[in-house]
Amino acid sequence: MRFTLSWLNDHLVTKASLQEILDLMLKAGLEVEEVVDPREKLAPFTVCKVIEAKPHPDADKLRVCTVETVDGVKQIVCGAPNARTGMTAIYAPLGTFIPGLDFALDKKPRAIRGVESHGMMCSSRELEVGDDHDGILDLDDSLTVGTPAAEALGQTDPVIDFEVTPNRPDWLGVQGIARDLAAAGAGRFLRQDPKKIGGSFECSIEIKLEAPEACPVFAGALIRGVINGPSPDWMQARLKAAGIQPKSLLVDVTNYVSLDRARPLHVYDAAKLSGPVVARLGRKGEKLEALDGKTYQITEDMCVIADSSGAIGLGGVMGGVSTAVSAETVDVFIESAWFDPLRTARTGRATGIHSDARYRFERGVDPQSCVDGLNLAIGLILEYGGGQVSKAKITGSVPVRTRKVTFYRSDVERLTGLIVKPAEMKRILKDLEFDIEDAGDAWYLMPPSHRFDMEQSADIVEEIARLIGFDQLPTTSLPLPEGGRRVITTPRQARVATGRRVMAAHGFLEAVTWSFMAREHAELFGKTEDALGVANPVASELNYMRPSVLGNLAQAAQRARNRGERTVRLFEAGPIYLGDGPKDQRTVIAALVMPAEERHWRGHAGSYDAFSAKADLFTVLAALGQPGERFQVGAPTQPHWHPGQAASLKLGPKMTVANFGALHPGVLKALDVDGPVYAFELNLNALPVMKARATKTKPVFERAELTPIRRDLAFVVDAGVAAGDVVRHAQSADKQVISAVDVFDVYRGPGIAEGSKSVAIEVTLQPKETLKDEQIQAIMDRIVASVAKGTGGVLRG
Amino acid sequence: MSDIIRIEEEALAAVAAAADLAALDAVRVAELGKKGRISGLMGALGKMDPEARKAEGPKLNALKTRVDDAIRARKAALEAADLEARLVTERVDLTLPPAPSPGEGALHPVMQVFEEMAAIFGDMGFAVAEGPDIEDDWHNFTALNFPEGHPARETHDTFFMKALEGDTPKVLRTHTSPVQVRTMMEEKPPIRILVPGRVFRNDWDATHTPMFHQVEGLVIEKGIHMGHLKGCLIDFVKAFFEVDNVEARFRPHFFPFTEPSAEMDVKYSRKGDTIEIGAGDRWMEILGCGMVHPNVLRNCGIDPAVHQGFAFGMGVDRLAMLKYGMPDLRPYFEADPQWTRHYGFSPWLTPSVSGGLS
Repeated sequence: MRFTLSWLNDHLVTKASLQEILDLMLKAGLEVEEVVDPREKLAPFTVCKVIEAKPHPDADKLRVCTVETVDGVKQIVCGAPNARTGMTAIYAPLGTFIPGLDFALDKKPRAIRGVESHGMMCSSRELEVGDDHDGILDLDDSLTVGTPAAEALGQTDPVIDFEVTPNRPDWLGVQGIARDLAAAGAGRFLRQDPKKIGGSFECSIEIKLEAPEACPVFAGALIRGVINGPSPDWMQARLKAAGIQPKSLLVDVTNYVSLDRARPLHVYDAAKLSGPVVARLGRKGEKLEALDGKTYQITEDMCVIADSSGAIGLGGVMGGVSTAVSAETVDVFIESAWFDPLRTARTGRATGIHSDARYRFERGVDPQSCVDGLNLAIGLILEYGGGQVSKAKITGSVPVRTRKVTFYRSDVERLTGLIVKPAEMKRILKDLEFDIEDAGDAWYLMPPSHRFDMEQSADIVEEIARLIGFDQLPTTSLPLPEGGRRVITTPRQARVATGRRVMAAHGFLEAVTWSFMAREHAELFGKTEDALGVANPVASELNYMRPSVLGNLAQAAQRARNRGERTVRLFEAGPIYLGDGPKDQRTVIAALVMPAEERHWRGHAGSYDAFSAKADLFTVLAALGQPGERFQVGAPTQPHWHPGQAASLKLGPKMTVANFGALHPGVLKALDVDGPVYAFELNLNALPVMKARATKTKPVFERAELTPIRRDLAFVVDAGVAAGDVVRHAQSADKQVISAVDVFDVYRGPGIAEGSKSVAIEVTLQPKETLKDEQIQAIMDRIVASVAKGTGGVLRG
Repeated sequence: MSDIIRIEEEALAAVAAAADLAALDAVRVAELGKKGRISGLMGALGKMDPEARKAEGPKLNALKTRVDDAIRARKAALEAADLEARLVTERVDLTLPPAPSPGEGALHPVMQVFEEMAAIFGDMGFAVAEGPDIEDDWHNFTALNFPEGHPARETHDTFFMKALEGDTPKVLRTHTSPVQVRTMMEEKPPIRILVPGRVFRNDWDATHTPMFHQVEGLVIEKGIHMGHLKGCLIDFVKAFFEVDNVEARFRPHFFPFTEPSAEMDVKYSRKGDTIEIGAGDRWMEILGCGMVHPNVLRNCGIDPAVHQGFAFGMGVDRLAMLKYGMPDLRPYFEADPQWTRHYGFSPWLTPSVSGGLS
């Protein structure tokens, strides 16, 4: 919302300076976004006189002017066709920033086609005071050299732009701003109720309200014999300052009343109306060609203004072309009605029309302003356009608020810590035009009809606190909660923190990528469903909630590779989405490596592969207190993994904790990513949470007194047997004594039958008492039997 | 007697002439071995009469000791020379690089800042709470006192999920405030929670990204008023920006879920590329806050006549920019290794109030 300081002064008697007004706006909750003080903007510019204008020796379109300026006589080369001897113009010295051109003049004189120019003479567009760029400003000769341009051009009124919060539609009128500023202490609010204008004849246009829930009141009047010329200069200046292009008196008056009183109006060319003007709900199949030139489909939910020809406007949103006023309009019918906010908002959304009327009606227009707004418009039209006005016709009744707000004065201190005297509370509420009824500790308050946000005591507390000033609030450090601090993170949050640090400690860079991805890419990671599709995506490649982080990481790795990065190591700790329910989100740690050939002076170092991914995954798991060996290794459970170079870690047949290994080459190709790429994705929600122990005391330390015994065994197994199974069955032979089983060799080739392989393991025994050779041999025999039974493997002879 | 002198001269000459440990050992065997020359003389002592033995014994023993010492000394010298020679052959060029290692990675600044905030508010007794990113309309709007159809909803640029015909579509949460609702419905006051998380708005330009991060705070306790809100947030800003003093102001604002509502501005100055928070000539808005609206408390089953409290919410990405000087929001989400190495944090830097944040 933009308005000028002089406009505000129409409604506010004040001695406050511009800065004081701005400070008070801030205090009252009107967030100032920009202040343009033309006196400041135009400060470098002054009036000058062209003593002589001669043609440029080398350029037909340029003139060399001798100019009397505030800085003395200057030579200025000018390209304007209207530059002439004796002219009064606006001078910009060297180095001046020209707002309309968005650049500053050189500080040193510049030669233009060989002739030095010491400054510039400006057009109205260059000063941003008008649109004329055909020539430089040609001013009244009575102005003296050195007069500030702001004064010479009548541009002395600062323009203030501020943010209107959705709860305060009354600030969409300058009057409402003045009321709050007066209450904040800026001065005295001038309540200027428009004069009621007694018409000389009955309004011949009938008004019918067929949908009182949508439009309960409609005030109208007819003015005959109007001349719809331009509006007065002062009104045009204010409209322009507010960002509205002046059109004609009738249109400008409606816009002016809307800005001055937050009261939208509409004007119809009475000659184009046929039959009564009806406010009703829309009918199926109806259409309206609106003032923006577009044709809209009308639905039965919309409020329509119609005459016997059909719809001529969308109530509270936009009028129609068929009855619009024009320069030829002689008789005008003025509408000042009230439209239901919710319905207006729905109509606005359905049509996509963003009009000043919609903006006000959907936030709430003072229903009591129908008649005042009409009278203000009539007065302005008669004054500047002439004509005779009919008696005003008011149909329906103004919706009246009956529920009072009970305000407990003690709530002010209870909620804000401020101690305010009742007299001060009363002063503020009266300034805001509340009616106060005393009822002991409480007041029953009737809010003014322009306020829609006053429902309960807390709302009143805010009014008092903001107008006293939040700077007056006490500043009290928060006391510690009763019983002291709690543990601030859940076990899963703690795991995220630990996991992230482990990954970064192992050379991974942390990424934060979109929760979105393209649905066609998400499809590569599992079946997609509509419930996870974004109906209004910001971009088509971000139209689905990711089922895995790896797609985004793979694409990021490719971007890094394209920029010359060698081995790319990324991880992200973040959400994946398995459904749209509140429990369908998982937190994962996903890591991805796009390896490059790493060369080393001692020879080939071996590059990152699926086993490296397994090692990194196991490192994280160990740090989280869940050693990877606890889990079963199975086939990958998701389609984006290489079927032969990836695996899953499981707690049971249905509980997958992680997948790791190489990503599927087909998936990488579809993502436009160069393989191979190795990764893991660890689902932290699937990791068991260990029960908190009752005591922090650790179990008693028992040193292993005997040195461990190590024995090597080699088994010949079918080539398809997993080495992990050999290990598992060896281990299960004696869980008490066998402390570790490690594979140290896998061999296929001469000496081993085709289709078989040799798996060599080292078994570590950690006995509690000294074992005799026969006892050790017995354990070895049990291992051989267990492996044979479980895998069909035989001891290699 | 002259024998002894001659033997000693010969033996010492042989020791000195031994070029290596093997030659030296040969001398030792020849003189002091079982069948050695000096050992032979020692053996002959037994056959002497006591008088002669008394005279010859000490001389022979002294001879044996001197030769033995000479051998030991020579042995030590030869060993030292051997070691010296071996060390020369073992020399390596340690200017060469070690075996390749991935080196140290880095943590993302937003995630680090989340932890900094959790440390500060944790010290004030807040616990971390979380909620889902895909929310229903009720938790994201209605329960938070956004009336249906009210223009306040439109200011949120909401992302909607695809819904079946006739169903109210779910939304991507536009703020972390729905977690307030979830917490208040599950827990009884007193409540002090801090809610970090991803939030989503359909806006993408130089200063907006469709996904960003918020931290929300909620305190519901008897006797908590807006002065506590002010004190808590000023304490936070001082701790977060690691400055002793912060000039702050609270301006009335509108949020549907708080009443009274405010925005907090802090003074700052800009010198070249660096921003100093706390003092200066300009104000910068950093967060929104207010007393929890009675309607929100009622919607969550809490009696506003008994319990009250405050809530605040702030954009983490922007606060991270202000503190650490990232000039642009967009690279946050690009996972660019160069950027992350430059602006990221060492995994060994764990923010804490007692140990320092950064």
